[in-house]
Amino acid sequence: MKKTFARKALGRAALRDVVPGEIVVVEPEYCLSSENASASYRVLKTIGVSKVKNPERIVVAFDHTVPAATIAYAASQKEARRFISEQGILHAYDINCFGGICHQIMCQEGYAAPGRIIVGADSHVCTSGAVGAFATGIGRTEVAGVWATGSLWLSVPESMKITVTGKFRSGVSAKDLILKIIGDVGASGANYLCVEFHGSGITNMSIDERMTLCNMGVEMGAKTAVCKPDEKTVAFLKDKIKPGYCELLWADDGADYVKELVYHLEDITPGVAKPSQVDNYAPVTDVEGVKIDQAFLGSCTNGRLEDLRVAAKFLKGKQAKVRTIVTPASCEIYEKAMQEGILQILLRAGCTINPPGCGACFGGSGGLLANEEVCISTSNRNFKGRMGDPGSLVYLASPMTVACSAVEGRISDPRKYVKEESAL
Amino acid sequence: MNILREGRVWKYGDDVNTDVIFPGCYVYELMSEKKMGTHALEGLGGAFNKEAKPGDIIIAGKNWGCGSSREQAVKCLKARGIGAIIAGSFSRIYYRNCINEGLPVVICPEAAEKIGDKSEVEIDFGQGVIRSGHLELHFPPYTEYVAQIVQRGGLVPFIRRQDRDSEGNETEGCNRTDVHPFENETADTKFSMA
Repeated sequence: MKKTFARKALGRAALRDVVPGEIVVVEPEYCLSSENASASYRVLKTIGVSKVKNPERIVVAFDHTVPAATIAYAASQKEARRFISEQGILHAYDINCFGGICHQIMCQEGYAAPGRIIVGADSHVCTSGAVGAFATGIGRTEVAGVWATGSLWLSVPESMKITVTGKFRSGVSAKDLILKIIGDVGASGANYLCVEFHGSGITNMSIDERMTLCNMGVEMGAKTAVCKPDEKTVAFLKDKIKPGYCELLWADDGADYVKELVYHLEDITPGVAKPSQVDNYAPVTDVEGVKIDQAFLGSCTNGRLEDLRVAAKFLKGKQAKVRTIVTPASCEIYEKAMQEGILQILLRAGCTINPPGCGACFGGSGGLLANEEVCISTSNRNFKGRMGDPGSLVYLASPMTVACSAVEGRISDPRKYVKEESAL
Repeated sequence: MNILREGRVWKYGDDVNTDVIFPGCYVYELMSEKKMGTHALEGLGGAFNKEAKPGDIIIAGKNWGCGSSREQAVKCLKARGIGAIIAGSFSRIYYRNCINEGLPVVICPEAAEKIGDKSEVEIDFGQGVIRSGHLELHFPPYTEYVAQIVQRGGLVPFIRRQDRDSEGNETEGCNRTDVHPFENETADTKFSMA
């Protein structure tokens, strides 16, 4: 019987053969929280458990409200710190030189690895599929349940196969591909499914690019999204992988899928998600010239070194016409960007560099929008009110599109700049 | 024990996301469930936030609760006394959060098409029936253990109950390695929605 990745990963964890629709009880290798661990901690106390089952399997990374912009945020963080110290959580990332956005930390620090089951109290936990993990989001109460019992139930999902071939043309990136896919599939088109990314196009991508793809799987409703683990995955994890099960699991050829799609990267062009739905896709040429008030480069989708590097190429020696917020996804990325001179280029171009975190993306702090303001953003959601006032508008786009739009003060097509560059 | 719900309908369309159900600026504050209720559907605008009454029922199109995993988007509705949510489909994490918070949910695309705003509806979860006027719609009942979680008021009381012995005395709790709330489930239990 040919099996999908989901059947193999959940079957391994359940110690038996499993089929879609079936319920399995599994013990995740790692369970992730942000500072919302404070809310799960309250639930843990309500359950009446004094000691978590597997403290070594718990990861906590402060990212949504750091550093605290309000007293209420500070109070929540204080509770999360109390949990960490009381329960002896070693895999804890507070505000220091090690931290960053929790999904970045999961990959960067080697918690996520091929075949592992990862759960966590955030919808973008699926980012870890980039290195071959079965990673899915749950609520805060359920995280407390995992802390208490060490396990949770999951249903075995059906799967969708997306085959990607070829290489991106200049000015086009993984963000343009995933926005196009979400536009085609729809915001609920992959609901409950495991999305598998296959093909030479994926093999050609870096781990950073694969993270961008898998990160946005949830924006089409996917339970998880995963790329085939390969030599790049192994090389990426070699010196950083944390203890636990790891196996290069992948789907069999000829496994059953509810839907199969094929994309050729040569056909992908720069695109955006127009306000206020992630599946509201348009080629950038349809919205070129739309005036913007802010550009945002960052988030768990596109705050990585490659993203900052490419933005710096566009902004080097120029001046952003609108306020431009840059948030590296982790301290490690921040430091490397500093060493490469990227941050200096961005600063001189007029960008504001935020500490690593999620603030601007979810409208928490560090770059909110006023009524009727327009932002072009590398983040993952453009819902009404997502980045501030309900009357503000957000366009989602790639780091290249965001950088060249910042230069022009209006939405623009990065291919124009790539041509100029190659003509020089 | 059967679950029955009866109430007035608030009708919504497709893809209502958690940012408009419970805005992000409140998500990372620790607050009481009652206070969460004061922000319910605040981001969407409309009369719900001021006028929703205990017992009211939400009927929505497809993909209700898409977006973030924030469970306040469930808790805020529960705090306002919303009796149940019927939708054409739910986003997966939202659906799971509803089960874990003990808020009954129904997947019924036909209800989303045929039942209008401010209608009166009755839901019988045991029989899997929605009634509104002359309309009678059927939906598959919960699998047994999901029904148990909902009936016990959510995951927390469900786990707590697993920690009591047959006389109802508290045992050593969840640190026991042999205990899991779902250990009695059979391998062929079907539940494809979470």
